[in-house]
Amino acid sequence: MTIVAEFTIEHRQILDPNGELVAPLPAFAMNVADVVAMYSAMTRVRVFDTKAVNLQRTGQLGTFPSSLGHEATHVGVGAAMQPEDVLAPVYREFGTQLWRGVTMIEILTYWGGDERGSDFAVPRHDFAWCVPIATQTLHAAGAAMAFKIRREPRCALAYIGDGGTSEGAFYEALNVAGVRALPVVFVIVNNGWAISVPVASQTATQTLAQKAIAAGIPGIQVDGNDVFAVREVVAEALKRARGGGGPSVIETLTYRLSDHTTADDASRYRSSAEVERAWALEPLHRLRAYLARVGAWNESLERSLLEECTREVDAAVAGYLSDETQSTDAMFDSLFAELPTHLREQRNTARKYAARRSGR
Amino acid sequence: MVEAIALAQAWEMQHDAAVVVLGQDVGENGGVFRATAGLKARFGTDRVQDTPLAEATIAGMSVGMATHGLKPVAEIQFMGFMYPALDQIVNHMSRMRNRTRGRLTCPVVIRTPHGGGIHAPEHHSESTESMLCHIPGLRVVCPSSPARAYGLLLAAIRDPDPVMFLEPVRLYRAMRQEVVDDGRALPLDRCFTLREGSDVTLVTWGAMTLETLRAATLLEAEGVTADLIDLATLSPIDSDTILHSVAKTGHLVIVHEAARNAGLGAEIAALVAEHGLYDLHAPILRVAGYDTIMPLFKQEHDYIPSAQRIIDAVHAVLDA
Repeated sequence: MTIVAEFTIEHRQILDPNGELVAPLPAFAMNVADVVAMYSAMTRVRVFDTKAVNLQRTGQLGTFPSSLGHEATHVGVGAAMQPEDVLAPVYREFGTQLWRGVTMIEILTYWGGDERGSDFAVPRHDFAWCVPIATQTLHAAGAAMAFKIRREPRCALAYIGDGGTSEGAFYEALNVAGVRALPVVFVIVNNGWAISVPVASQTATQTLAQKAIAAGIPGIQVDGNDVFAVREVVAEALKRARGGGGPSVIETLTYRLSDHTTADDASRYRSSAEVERAWALEPLHRLRAYLARVGAWNESLERSLLEECTREVDAAVAGYLSDETQSTDAMFDSLFAELPTHLREQRNTARKYAARRSGR
Repeated sequence: MVEAIALAQAWEMQHDAAVVVLGQDVGENGGVFRATAGLKARFGTDRVQDTPLAEATIAGMSVGMATHGLKPVAEIQFMGFMYPALDQIVNHMSRMRNRTRGRLTCPVVIRTPHGGGIHAPEHHSESTESMLCHIPGLRVVCPSSPARAYGLLLAAIRDPDPVMFLEPVRLYRAMRQEVVDDGRALPLDRCFTLREGSDVTLVTWGAMTLETLRAATLLEAEGVTADLIDLATLSPIDSDTILHSVAKTGHLVIVHEAARNAGLGAEIAALVAEHGLYDLHAPILRVAGYDTIMPLFKQEHDYIPSAQRIIDAVHAVLDA
């Protein structure tokens, strides 16, 4: 017998669930102010998330996909990216988007049923939320192709969930990225559940990272609740991609502590014991413990951070709630660069009935 | 016609560095129909890309490239293989401008062979244009001569929104015509009136234009003259040209190769029923492919509407 190829999958962790270092501190974490910035961003998105779920529960927001538990993955990815890079999110990665400049008002506007939320003031070049599963991975590959053709030192980063790795588009994206050595990074957020289907029912592979192997590209697994490890691994992959070294797959192991969305009830398909075990591994606790141990955090700082986040979220909610609904013209005027004739007639019809409905 | 399609792509690549061509076998091989012949040698592998054999990749990459400064002209090798790409076309390409309120746009052209009649294998003779015409945010174009293929393809590439460009396979080599390679586009969203007459309006597109022209010539010999309208842009429909013609002739026959049920002929008939009913002297008739699967090639000419079927339909509306 001859073995023609052999593969291994590395798992990376730097900060364990108690906030103890189990590997050397990365250079970016030497500056404690930077670590505090990441912790603050993780707290900010959690406070925002809690508020958004409450808004839905009180009828002031549409269906909302909570990102509870994903904060280290999302902020670690955001911190590793450059502003000129392109993010192709799924629909849950608010921590990365907030880090990159998308505003809370924009997020609430979209999930409140208004397309203007996807018209980000910053960053103009990021993709909007992608609801059809795995399709965004090919958009990232296409954007990366544009950068490669123009010799721009930029990368694209696509998120995908554990369930999304079963889709054909995911395999196609890895394949084309590999064969054309595209500057793109695929981050698989393995949060254990695709709505009600656990990873074990999704695939027979031991890891999702190893799905990279068949595409001929590197795959690595990382503790997705460890912001140090996530940022380090993503930064390495982006550096390699930017330097012409091609794409990577990163599987971040985390847990969806919330329901799939506000329209879901996870207690129908998973045990509370499992969720309790996952809470013991959640990302904010370990980073807070680490910061406290190095003398950079205490209860008073925590309290003022929470107050600051609450003030910001409350201001965003007030802004969102005071926004006027778009005119019905909007659904016509953004369809093409120039409106075709038959749509002008339909636009007039919509105007007439909207006016009648609102009693104008 | 296939040379005209290659000429239009070469012209636009020469004059716009953002234009890139991608698809299966479009590079080294110049396309299975030779519609991209010579482009790779002239413009290199960055701008003329042989993709992996994956239609969703072709369409999805086109979305990513178009939203980041390029103008992809993608080839789907046969219309029957477009379905894996539809997820990207319907869910993203057609919606990108609207869902980002104009922040990101998709100036993409998807070229694909359309229809049958060349003795091709199964799945290689489809005409499913009405599926595409149903999607808001897409333009659908189908040329019927080399000159119109050249001018409309230039217009499609220059259009800031996605265009599905359906190329009738029967016309690729059936028709020779001098095409002036001067970079002049023809207008989108407009019909072309190929013959003028007073007795009946014939509306058709793509390769069926040839059968319809043949029918019109035979009808003229018996003293029946027809307005022959080549729809050219299948969505959105230039209804004014059709309604003006029907106001003149009072009779309408719509001819298409695609299956009749929920075909584009139904949309045209409805438009005329809504806006031109009182101009009509007789019911509208459709001459279309049967509501069956396109048969394998031994019987494809029993499926594709013939000049005789068109002539019989014209007699029927005139005698009604």
